[in-house]
Amino acid sequence: MGMEAIVETKPVEEDKPRIGVFVCHCGVNIAAVIDPKKLAEYAATLPNVVVAKDYTYMCSKPGQQLIIDSIKQYNLNRVVIAACSPRLHEPTFRKCLASAGLNPYLLEMANIREHCTWVHTHEPDVAFEKAKKIVELAVTRANLLEPLEEQEVSVIQRIMVIGGGIAGLFAALAAANAGFEVYLVELSPTIGGRMAQLDKTFPTLDCSKCVLTPIMNEAAAHPNIKLFTYTEVVDVQGSIGNFKVKLRKKPRYVDPSKCTACGICAEKCPVKVPNEFDMGLSMRKAIYLPFPQAVPTVYLIDPEHCLYLTKRDPKTGKPICGVCQRFCPAGAINFDEKPEEIEVDVGAIIIATGFDVFDPREKPEYGYGKYPNVITSLEFERILCATGPTGGKILCPPDWKKEPKRIVFIHCIGSRDETVNAPFCSRVCCMYTAKQAILYKERVPDGEAYVFYIDVRAAGKGFEEFYRRAVEEYGITYIRGKVSEIIKDPVRDTLVVRAEDTLTGKIVEVEADLVVLAVGMRPRKSTLELAKILKLPLSADGFLQELHMKLYPVQTAVDGVYICGCAQSPKDIPDSIAQAVAAAGYAMSLLSQGKVRTIGNVAEVNEDLCSGCGICEATCAFGAISLETKVVEGREVRRAKVDVLRCKGCGACAAACPAGAIKAKHFTDDQLLSMIRALFVGPSEALKAIKVAAPPIKAS
Amino acid sequence: MKEHKPEVLELKSAYPATPKKLFEPLIVCFACNYCTYAGADYAGTARIQYPPNVIVIRHMCSGRYDPLEFLEALRLGADFVWHAGCHPGDCHFLTGNYKASRRFALLKKLCEQLGFNPERLILEWVSAAEGDRFASIVRKLLQKYEEIGPSPMKNFKEEL
Repeated sequence: MGMEAIVETKPVEEDKPRIGVFVCHCGVNIAAVIDPKKLAEYAATLPNVVVAKDYTYMCSKPGQQLIIDSIKQYNLNRVVIAACSPRLHEPTFRKCLASAGLNPYLLEMANIREHCTWVHTHEPDVAFEKAKKIVELAVTRANLLEPLEEQEVSVIQRIMVIGGGIAGLFAALAAANAGFEVYLVELSPTIGGRMAQLDKTFPTLDCSKCVLTPIMNEAAAHPNIKLFTYTEVVDVQGSIGNFKVKLRKKPRYVDPSKCTACGICAEKCPVKVPNEFDMGLSMRKAIYLPFPQAVPTVYLIDPEHCLYLTKRDPKTGKPICGVCQRFCPAGAINFDEKPEEIEVDVGAIIIATGFDVFDPREKPEYGYGKYPNVITSLEFERILCATGPTGGKILCPPDWKKEPKRIVFIHCIGSRDETVNAPFCSRVCCMYTAKQAILYKERVPDGEAYVFYIDVRAAGKGFEEFYRRAVEEYGITYIRGKVSEIIKDPVRDTLVVRAEDTLTGKIVEVEADLVVLAVGMRPRKSTLELAKILKLPLSADGFLQELHMKLYPVQTAVDGVYICGCAQSPKDIPDSIAQAVAAAGYAMSLLSQGKVRTIGNVAEVNEDLCSGCGICEATCAFGAISLETKVVEGREVRRAKVDVLRCKGCGACAAACPAGAIKAKHFTDDQLLSMIRALFVGPSEALKAIKVAAPPIKAS
Repeated sequence: MKEHKPEVLELKSAYPATPKKLFEPLIVCFACNYCTYAGADYAGTARIQYPPNVIVIRHMCSGRYDPLEFLEALRLGADFVWHAGCHPGDCHFLTGNYKASRRFALLKKLCEQLGFNPERLILEWVSAAEGDRFASIVRKLLQKYEEIGPSPMKNFKEEL
């Protein structure tokens, strides 16, 4: 049963550390190899140890009570527990100290189990000597421990979702349905994202807009969601639970409360501009609605091409157009609208900003940009779409006269390719190519579809079955080989695709009316700017970096900022949605408590030693240190400042500081160096070498 | 059918006999909480037996290691000073071990200039799953000790 060995040394002066050492038997894990009583007796001889006890199971309730009682009885202000690894029970014993009224950071654990009795089981004498050394080091450090504060900060129960595509919409709805206030910020004039540009989705062949638009409308109508469309994020300050975000709402020049989307303005507008929603394959007017189902359903004026906004009559100085304003029956047009600067406070931020596609002009051998009938998959998707440039009829650009009788699809354009700095796989291209080939064959049954591939990656649910259908049911020909070049046959006005069929070893040349390049994903430029503002690290592939690739795919290095969807890495719709609601779940669980706690072992800057060199700021991976300009003795200087809400306590800044101005609390130079010294000269000598004043012994 | 005769392997001792004098050599291992310390814990959990010559100094991250700590250990007579941590790319604090390796490169040069045998200062990353690797590095250092002997600093009695 519990054995108590009480060894008390002579009474210690009031203003010194009073350490209690508790040696655990851990059943037989420790006690079978070394004698815990003897170890406690030895510990009692060490500097400032007032009492040393042993017990069978220190982490049990009676064990913890023993510690609490001893703290009170002997007026202890430091505790050393010689037992298992701190990675197991440091939190347990810290709570134990707290319930005895002692600051939880005044605990040191001596690992005499994992690092001693369990690995030197057959050499008990040796193990005992090593256990003594481990306890000596722990007692030395305990002498130098300081009480540390954990701060509690109240959080704002509002979530900002940046990006109004499928991921952003689901994240916003998940949080809004749980009762949280959500600000949904979208850079383009409408929510919907890439999914709005798709015709059908694999492998279900759902009509993309049909499944998307109910979600868009639900988000727009939700009482807890405030939509900020055509708005960019300018700056973000603050940290977890308290972010101050500066937004800039770009002017539409159309009053949303008056516009009925009748479209008369666009009919009358004289300016034609390539339509970015159709990837430039059709034209829109300078006043336009991005697509018929846009939310909000409000027209807007393109300030770069609108005649009123860009040109004046040289003689009169008056604007030369204004037709839309004259004809608008609702009087909704206002050319004087200015950008609106908005500042909002939110508790958590979810980034769902999606992707851009690879520009195949980086691979000139494919002829994109040179031959009009070499197009990207996204452009082909717009051709397939009933709201696209051809009303869903498959015709060859640029004149839309010829129906292609043979289409060649090429996988891995800008993916799995070191030459364009993209060794990663974009994950969706094998599937969307199969989809596009199937849709082509459905509409042009006598057409031929060829796919040049390296692999076919069909890993998701229903994907392999879908690909099988493409090959077996629709007779799409898959040839394994990389395309070396695409040349134009000037006589027949067709393209010739040249590749090696690696399974037969022969060179093949396939004549095609249309070539579709399965372009890979790229991070958006606007996402990269957002990452700079938020101090978010990027992965090697250029997408936003998650905290842990396996365990924490939607968290980031910045607490309170979450990422999801293709902004994090290429993925399809179901995976984007899964990540989006995961991010929302984390944001909600963070904010639902109403407050967050910092850790105690943060960095602290001694401003008297800091010279403002900025090395710490560059070193910190979490953006937790920044330089602040202050006035010191009449001069303007820069001093490092730690944001304790961001600081993770790693200590990299403390090691980097050339002046030694940063103290890594709980892992100070004194604490670490005296442990090393104690190893060679013993604890008393090691402690004598501490030249600075002993730390305050205010215990709680 | 040819009969398969398994090779009889000569079983060598898991590690050389514990040296006659305790803590000769003395290996000071600088460990980070999330990888190396966890790896050493794992060796314990798996009951992997190894010589008792290593003492682990726990830090939260290898980025925290101050070169002064290594120099202090060497100055006071450590036979081996072992810079451990998470493998590159795996740092719990994202980039701490990159900073540590940069400092280590300079520290290595410095130690050579100070006259220490460079084989006394080693860099071996140990991850949380590599309990056996932790143990085998200790054994490897014991073998190295047979070659290079004790630290010359043991003969000097320096003032702290």
